[in-house]
Amino acid sequence: MIEQFEQGVEVLRQQIDARISSYFSSCVHCGLCAEACLFYTETHDPRYTPIYKLEPMRKLWRREHTFWGKLGAVFGLNEPLTEQDFADWETLVYDSCTLCGRCSMICPVGNDITYMIRRQREGFSVAGYAPEGMKEATKRALKIGSPMGVTFKTLKAALAHVERDTGLAIPIDKKGADYMTLFSSMEVVNFPEYIESIARIFQAAGISWTISSKAFEATNSGIQIGNREAAAELVNRIVVAAEELNVKYVVSPECGHAYTSIRWEGPNLIGRQYPFEVVHILELLEQLKRDGRLQLEGKSATPMTLHDPCQIVRRGGVVQQPRELLDGVAETFVEMKDHGVMNWCCGGGGGVSANDRAEPLRLRVFERKKRQLEETGVDTLVTACANCRIILEEGIEEYEMETEVISLTELVAEHLVDGSKNKE
Amino acid sequence: MIGQFIDGPLWTFSLAVFVIGVVWRIVTILMAGNRPDLSTPRGSASSGAIRTIFSRSVYERTAATRGRLLQIAGYLFHIGLFALLFFAKPHVDFYAERITGFGWATMPHWAFILSAELAFLGLLLLWIHRLLSPVTRLLSDLDDHLGSILVFLVMLTGCLALAQSFEALRLIHLLLAELLLIYFPFSKLMHTFTFVMSRGYTGATMGRKGVNA
Repeated sequence: MIEQFEQGVEVLRQQIDARISSYFSSCVHCGLCAEACLFYTETHDPRYTPIYKLEPMRKLWRREHTFWGKLGAVFGLNEPLTEQDFADWETLVYDSCTLCGRCSMICPVGNDITYMIRRQREGFSVAGYAPEGMKEATKRALKIGSPMGVTFKTLKAALAHVERDTGLAIPIDKKGADYMTLFSSMEVVNFPEYIESIARIFQAAGISWTISSKAFEATNSGIQIGNREAAAELVNRIVVAAEELNVKYVVSPECGHAYTSIRWEGPNLIGRQYPFEVVHILELLEQLKRDGRLQLEGKSATPMTLHDPCQIVRRGGVVQQPRELLDGVAETFVEMKDHGVMNWCCGGGGGVSANDRAEPLRLRVFERKKRQLEETGVDTLVTACANCRIILEEGIEEYEMETEVISLTELVAEHLVDGSKNKE
Repeated sequence: MIGQFIDGPLWTFSLAVFVIGVVWRIVTILMAGNRPDLSTPRGSASSGAIRTIFSRSVYERTAATRGRLLQIAGYLFHIGLFALLFFAKPHVDFYAERITGFGWATMPHWAFILSAELAFLGLLLLWIHRLLSPVTRLLSDLDDHLGSILVFLVMLTGCLALAQSFEALRLIHLLLAELLLIYFPFSKLMHTFTFVMSRGYTGATMGRKGVNA
């Protein structure tokens, strides 16, 4: 255990780069980041202040990177990082942070606190201080290929249903296809309608696409828990499969953190650039719409609002595309008060949804989203992340709300010119 | 005797510690290095960095009541202090004589007084908030308080020196300013310089992603 702790400290030490050094040097402890964090605003517990969640890393930085810290260490005046610090901060690091990045948008000195917490998790994970649910999900992802234990056999069964319902053939391992499409386990298990929508949209737009039997899972538990090796392995599987199939593009599904992992972190994890492009499904759909390849008809009369998934919008840069798409299918689109890059998280990102012990806190802080939703006066909530969708539905059930949650991709599919689905 | 020491060697020493210390801190941060980002950018990192360096000074409307107070107090203190430091006549005369060899336009007396009042109000609000808010009470350490106290004392003695025109008060003000200069590179006061780096790094990362941060 001591050896594991020391390895964790060493990994934490390795995370302190120029960015993090500048962040700690700039922080004046103003506490403004607390105002941006739903875990603080909904509980008023000061321990949930984002920068406070970084005390273990700050302690190490101060001792090894500052004059007073080094001087104090020589004279035994300041305490080194202890295993108890890891134990005390584990819940703050994993249960009360969704890596949503809202705090990073508000910090007056520009600290990317989310980046720091993401890095701090690397040390915690190696030291063994991570939630059991996330550890198990990572093990399953490495062993089976999916954090939820979904195998290709399961996907095939879902695809068979889609083929039966749509009359379309789903291309598997088709070499030379333009697009290789990924899914999240949640989409396969909970929302197979998403797969059907993709098949129908791609058929209508004349897209050459395929699914890899070797790498269909887009989620990456390694990134959420902070295990660099696991994260790199999961990304590498996708990259190898895409290279074998010689595709031009890999399509990230609606899932938010999957996009961050394959689009932004992936090349850095495996240490090389991809020979293909990564596009988010919303980027692709908006591009197809703009190019006239995605023909939509009719608009839903039901007023709709949009929940911006943090990793796709704030941390991913896909901001306008969902709005452009909604504009094509919704007659009345009502923006939330804090929308786009300042939207409030659903409360289940960053692995919190895979962390059973965090559930009561997650449901409590959902009150922020509830208020945000109620302010719009709209009962139909569109989103583009399977994880957000599940968390939103759980919150809506918990608070006995009447809101319906729908996927943007599925909504678009319902309005295809040659669509067979009923429109509202 | 003490006056000559404060006016002469201690001034030179404190200025040297300040300059060398600040450069050392910045070099130390840069030497920690950053891994190159291999992901394909959607936007420009440099534009993002420049934008964020400036845009984080803009009022953040999404912050709640406590956040609004913090931001307004922050504006009052920083703008007031900046005006005092660089446009108060006694300071400009001092820089011209001791450092630059040339002076520049100074603000009128009423603006001097207004700047001092704004800076005091801002600093006191920020300090009271630090002492009263459960969030800042939990976060704050000795360095946070020491920096605030030193800045407050330097400003207070500066105003007294101006009002009373006693040589002793001028020397006390200079002595405290020298102590502040010596303390500066080893403290949170370094954010005066490192904020450009922290904002720049975040802006560059977000700029690559096409996000206005």
